[in-house]
Amino acid sequence: MSELLIEARPTNRIIPAPAGTAQRQETGNERESMTVHHFTHLDALESESIHIMREVAAECKNPALLFSGGKDSIVMLRLAEKAFRPCKFPFPLVHIDTEHNFPEVIATRDKLAADLGERLIVRSLEDSIARGTIIIKDKSKPRNPYQSVTLLETIAEFGFDACMGGARRDEEKARAKERIFSFRDEFGQWDPKNQRPELWDIYNTRVHAGENIRVFPISNWTEMDIWQYIAREQLHIPEIYYAHEREVIRRGGSVIPVSHLVQPKPGEKVEVLSVRFRTVGDMTCTAPVESTAHNVEEIIAETASTRITERGATRMDDQTSDASMELRKKEGYF
Amino acid sequence: MYLSQMSGRNTVFSVSGYFEFNLFNLRNLRTKIKVLIMSNTTQLLRFITAGSVDDGKSTLIGRLLHDSKSIFEDQFSAISKTSEKRGMAAVDLSLLTDGLQAEREQGITIDVAYRYFATPRRKFIIGDTPGHEQYTRNMVTAASTANLVVILIDARKGVLVQTRRHTYLASLVGVPHVVLAVNKMDMVDYSQARFDEIVAEYKAFAAQLNLHDVTCIPLSALNGDMVVDRGDNLGWYQGPALLELLETVAIDHDVNTSDFRFPVQWVCRPQTEEHHDFRGFMGRIEAGEVSVGDEITVLPSGRTTRIKEIVTYDGKLQTAFAPQSVTLTLEDEIDISRGDMFVRSDAPPNVAKEFEAMLCWLAEAPLDKNRKYLVKHTTRTAKCLFSRLDYRVDVNTLEHRGSDQLNMNDIARVALKTQQPLVFDSYATDRATGSFIVIDEASNNTVAAGMII
Repeated sequence: MSELLIEARPTNRIIPAPAGTAQRQETGNERESMTVHHFTHLDALESESIHIMREVAAECKNPALLFSGGKDSIVMLRLAEKAFRPCKFPFPLVHIDTEHNFPEVIATRDKLAADLGERLIVRSLEDSIARGTIIIKDKSKPRNPYQSVTLLETIAEFGFDACMGGARRDEEKARAKERIFSFRDEFGQWDPKNQRPELWDIYNTRVHAGENIRVFPISNWTEMDIWQYIAREQLHIPEIYYAHEREVIRRGGSVIPVSHLVQPKPGEKVEVLSVRFRTVGDMTCTAPVESTAHNVEEIIAETASTRITERGATRMDDQTSDASMELRKKEGYF
Repeated sequence: MYLSQMSGRNTVFSVSGYFEFNLFNLRNLRTKIKVLIMSNTTQLLRFITAGSVDDGKSTLIGRLLHDSKSIFEDQFSAISKTSEKRGMAAVDLSLLTDGLQAEREQGITIDVAYRYFATPRRKFIIGDTPGHEQYTRNMVTAASTANLVVILIDARKGVLVQTRRHTYLASLVGVPHVVLAVNKMDMVDYSQARFDEIVAEYKAFAAQLNLHDVTCIPLSALNGDMVVDRGDNLGWYQGPALLELLETVAIDHDVNTSDFRFPVQWVCRPQTEEHHDFRGFMGRIEAGEVSVGDEITVLPSGRTTRIKEIVTYDGKLQTAFAPQSVTLTLEDEIDISRGDMFVRSDAPPNVAKEFEAMLCWLAEAPLDKNRKYLVKHTTRTAKCLFSRLDYRVDVNTLEHRGSDQLNMNDIARVALKTQQPLVFDSYATDRATGSFIVIDEASNNTVAAGMII
């Protein structure tokens, strides 16, 4: 293959760089042969994530991969394929369903799991509500705060000792301080002031019975890296990530999608805008951004020029206070 | 012919690193050309900043992010509000790195925070370490994954005890590139003589340590001179501005490319119809490269065989190199499990149950020499005990001190014994096969970091 690359190499300064391939080049000097390895930042991030997933598989007794059908978890699935094929994944996929999800995302979740032939476990907040472990006063209010309860119940039900999630450090300032292997006590709590030191890429995966490790293989990826990877790998993502016409209302500085859970209040006007979602979560608190990006390349262009962070633009639940995410993580959120 | 061989991957052509053309749908040879805004072929550089708040570290990071347009409007408006609440005259850029509630309440930094930014030439990960308590522990942690360290000093104060400490820790952890950023040049009238004086003193000190690449840059983080832009005040300085250096420093040679090292992470045996006899050894190449047909030795057993295939999700490769994660199959059936290492037969590492190391103690509970601990080295975990404690290093003076105790933040030379043999190189030869962590089996905490001598 290396010879082919050189044969096909266009003249002047254009260098073909298929991701992660080696290429021998003669330098012109007969005695010297230089090896040129093309290894992009995406290759570096990918290899790091694969290494992390394999450590989990090898050292944890009963791991799981949290999979929602959103773009980050779709990238996680591709990384898991790269890490373990031709073997089956040595863990099931787990989704904690708030029942407040966009139908397109749930459809993608089910299709991807079926296409891959991997086991998908879905546990719903409705189960916890029926058990009485979650008490909800208003069914139309955001449900992210309650996800931790069902997650912890699911961890206990299956006895998972490690849960991999698609959180990234660039998303939020509490996450920027979290380890890749993040220890949780038997209440699922994160203790940010007392984290295990994490050096080189030697990960401490050890827990006692009942304790748990949350693992974030794409910690070091940014929103841009995710989009570039989706483009490179030609990943199928839910349609609502691309620009589409949608009925929205403007409420408290945000644009909110109209759905069976969110209806206009008296005096609010329904508008139809061209929008896309940068994140997909609870329908009642996930705001789309105005956009005309109809494909991944156009999204990458928009992402490069945006001046607002991903969660700042789209997650109303993170803006309740400066420490919303930190508080939820301390309660067992992933 | 070339295109049809590429089997469906998006091939990226980069032209001078700035533009690129993405060829989609190569499987069907329906080729579309797209222009991406950000290059897909940029490299990743990890660096850390060392220095105290007084040296202007947060201001420098803020300046770097601000001038490279990496601060978002909502982040900026959040820290503006907080600065105003605290009665500050200007926006305090250091607030950007305070992630935890306790940090914001107390105005301190507790832990290493990671920040991300990109220019068209490179992606950067900054490990921002707090500058006071537990300094050694935090800096060693952040430095362990860094390609480069920026050591910040105040031009008025020159080389201080803490400058020596930061530099020693950088050399201990083997950070390949060191930048001495002489900040606050505006406070010394941008004096070349003052800069030269500091550089001479620093280089004399650095020469005693194992540092190969030291660059000194005069700058003013406050005014933005020589950070992203060159500014008008340092015309006498001919070297690169900080960002220019970060974008161009050669990091290709930071990994050991000569000796093949492959710790086995996981053994893949699908046992399906399609892959009936498949037995793949999964892992990441930690050093060197390997090609199909190469003879390798499996350690610690010492059996030799040849590489049959290099398997990846994207197809088989002829050659693979560090730090790629791949799956290897072998010509012969040999008993191999996690913790074994494949190496090039003519360049073997050490295999031993006893070795010496520099150790950084990270835990609040001191080392108990009577206890057994666990050592995790590459993919192997073994019981260990500390057979000897030679000396502690005073990180401020570099003096050796006799001691039979090790407390948090102490650095010491020790000898270890392990229950099973480890397959290792010296840390100086290879960071990946020369490093280990120590785990307390009772608490499961990571209590120390070690570098094999």
